[in-house]
Amino acid sequence: MRLAPFRILLGLFCLLVAVWLVMPTLVIIPMSFNEKKSLAFPPSGFSWQWYANFFTNPDWLSSFFNSLRVAGIVAVAATLIGTLASLGLSRMKHSGAGLLRAILITPMIVPGVVLAIGIYAVYLDYQLVGTTTGFVIAHTMLAIPFVIIAVSASLEVFDVRLETAAASLGASRFTTFRTVTLPLIAPGILSGLLFAFVTSFDEIIVALFITSPYLKTLPVQIFTSITRDADPTVTAVGTIIFIATTLIISAGLIISSKSTRS
Amino acid sequence: MSASNTRERGAAIDIMGATKRYGNFTALDDVSLHIEPGEFMTLLGPSGSGKTTTLNVVAGFTDLTSGDLAVGGKSIVALPAHKRNIGVVFQHYALFPHMTVGKNVAYPLTLRGMDKQARDRLVVRALDMVKMADFAHRYPSELSGGQQQRVALARAIVFDPPLLLMDEPLGALDKKLREWLQLEIKRIHRELGTTFVYVTHDQEEALVLSDRIAVFNQGRIEQVGTGRQLYDEPTTLFVAKFIGESTSLRGAAQTSGNETSLTIAGQKIVAGGKLAGGRKPVVLLRPEKLSLAGTNTPPASGQNSLTGEVSEAIYLGSGSKYQVTLRDGSVAIVRSSLEATPFSIGDTVDLRWSVVDAKLLADDDRADMTMT
Repeated sequence: MRLAPFRILLGLFCLLVAVWLVMPTLVIIPMSFNEKKSLAFPPSGFSWQWYANFFTNPDWLSSFFNSLRVAGIVAVAATLIGTLASLGLSRMKHSGAGLLRAILITPMIVPGVVLAIGIYAVYLDYQLVGTTTGFVIAHTMLAIPFVIIAVSASLEVFDVRLETAAASLGASRFTTFRTVTLPLIAPGILSGLLFAFVTSFDEIIVALFITSPYLKTLPVQIFTSITRDADPTVTAVGTIIFIATTLIISAGLIISSKSTRS
Repeated sequence: MSASNTRERGAAIDIMGATKRYGNFTALDDVSLHIEPGEFMTLLGPSGSGKTTTLNVVAGFTDLTSGDLAVGGKSIVALPAHKRNIGVVFQHYALFPHMTVGKNVAYPLTLRGMDKQARDRLVVRALDMVKMADFAHRYPSELSGGQQQRVALARAIVFDPPLLLMDEPLGALDKKLREWLQLEIKRIHRELGTTFVYVTHDQEEALVLSDRIAVFNQGRIEQVGTGRQLYDEPTTLFVAKFIGESTSLRGAAQTSGNETSLTIAGQKIVAGGKLAGGRKPVVLLRPEKLSLAGTNTPPASGQNSLTGEVSEAIYLGSGSKYQVTLRDGSVAIVRSSLEATPFSIGDTVDLRWSVVDAKLLADDDRADMTMT
C-alpha cells in the first residue's frame, strides 16, 4: 500500500506519454469540422464543408486518385518482387545471403532526403519527373523492404520439409509452390502488400522532389495547400487518411499475428 | 483380395554401386542392395552411416554421384522425385498444416487427376487402414504425434505406390506408442504387399519389423541378412556389436591347423576356425551362450573357461544378468536362466562356454568407434 503514491505518479506519467504520442494525430479530427477557414486550435463551430471541398475540388480528387493509382501499382509490384526476393534469400545457403538481404533492406535505412536527391538527379536525365512510372519505380524501391520483412517472417516459420513431402506425393515444384508454400506464407504476403500500399500512399519526401504540377500525389497536395493557403481541407483529408490507414495497418497486424500463431 | 495377388503389388528394388560424395566426404561408398518385391527391408546403422542418404537417393531427394537405381527393373535415376511414384513417411510427419486430414490424404490423388468419388473412396480406405477414419475433418495441429504419423502413413500409401520408404517414422514417439505402431506397420505391410524400406538406428525395431536388415557403417553395407543371420552369423565385428549384446575377447593368438587359440591373462581358450589374411582375431560371445560356474567345478569337455569376478548382478525376473570382469580387465555379459545358481557381486567365478558357440571375427577398431 505504501507504493500507491508512486504507482499513481507512474500511471500519470504513462498517460502523459500516451497523450504526447497520440495528440498530434487526434487534434486534426476536431479541426476538420471547423466552421472558419483557419487552422486555429481549438476550432469553432461545426461544419462538413472541408469534407465537401475534398470530394468536389478537382485538385484534391485528382491527387487522391493519383496516390491511389501509384500505391496500387506499387503494392502489386513490390509484393511480387519482395516475395520472390524473400523466397530466394530463404533458400540461399551461400554466406552472401545476409549481405544481399542487407542491400535489399537499405531503402528503409537510408535517410529519405538522401534517396530523394539521388532519385531526382537520375529522373531529370531520364525525364521521369512528374510521371506515374517515376513514382512507381521510386515507391516500389521504398516498399520492397517492408514486403521482404513481412514475407521473410512467414518463411521463417514455414517448414521447407513440407515441399519435400509434396514432391514425394507427386507434386512438381510449381504445383508444390501453388498448393503448399503459397497458402502457408499467404498471410505474410498479404501483410507485405498492405504495408507496401501504405508506404507509397503516404510517402512525401521523394514525392516532393519528383512531383510536377501535372502529377501530384495526395501528400504533396496536402503539403502545398497547407504551406500556400492554410486550407483546412487538409484536416479533413488527414482524418480520412488516418482512419483508412489505421484500418489497413490493423488488418495487416491481425493477419500477420494469425500467421505466426498457426 | 488373396495373398497371392497382394504380393505382386510390391516392386523389386535394385541399388547398384550407389555412391554419393559431398566434397571430400563420402556419404555412400559403392552401395549395392537387391530388395525382393514385397519385402520389408530395414536399413540399420548409427547416425551418419549412410542409411538415410540411401533412402533419400531412392526417393529422389538426393542425386547420386555415380551408380544406378531401379524399381521393378526400370531405372529411375533420371526421374525427379515427383515422378517416381514412391511413398515416403518422414520422421517429422510433414503433414500440410493448412489442410484437414482428409485433404492431406487426398492430396496425392488430386495431383493424379482422380475424380472426387474415387478419391473419397480411397481416402476412406487408407484412413481405415491406419484407424484414423474418424479424424478426416480435423487439422493436423489437433492430433497427437502418433495420430499424425498414422495420417502421414495413410497419405503415403493411398496412391498405391509399389514402394514405401520410411525414415525413422517412430523416432519422435515414446516407447509404448512406438511398440504399438511397429505392430501396426507390420500389419499394414502384410495387408498391402508393398515393398517397404525402413530406416532406423534402433536394432530392436529392426528385428521386430524386418524380413531382412542391411547394416550400414561409414557409408557402406557391412552385412545383409535376416535378424537371425545377423545375430547368429555376423560377418564383421561391427555387425556383431550393433545387433544384440555381446562380449568380445582379445588376446595373444596362435593358430594350429584349423583352430585358433587365444591366451588371455595366462589362461588359454580355443576358438574354432581360423581367419584368412592373418588378421588379428577377436572371439565374440552372446550373453545367453555363456554360463557361470564355481572355480572348483571342472569344465565339461569342449568347454572353454576363463576366471573372473562378478562386478554386477541384476535380477531380471525371467533370469539374471551378470557382468564379469576378467583378469585382463575386459568385461563379459552373461545372461543365465532362473535355475542356475545365483552369484553375487565380488564372487570369483569361471566363465564357461562351448567352443562351437564362440564366433571368431577379425578385429576392427571401427566397430568400437562408431558405437559411441
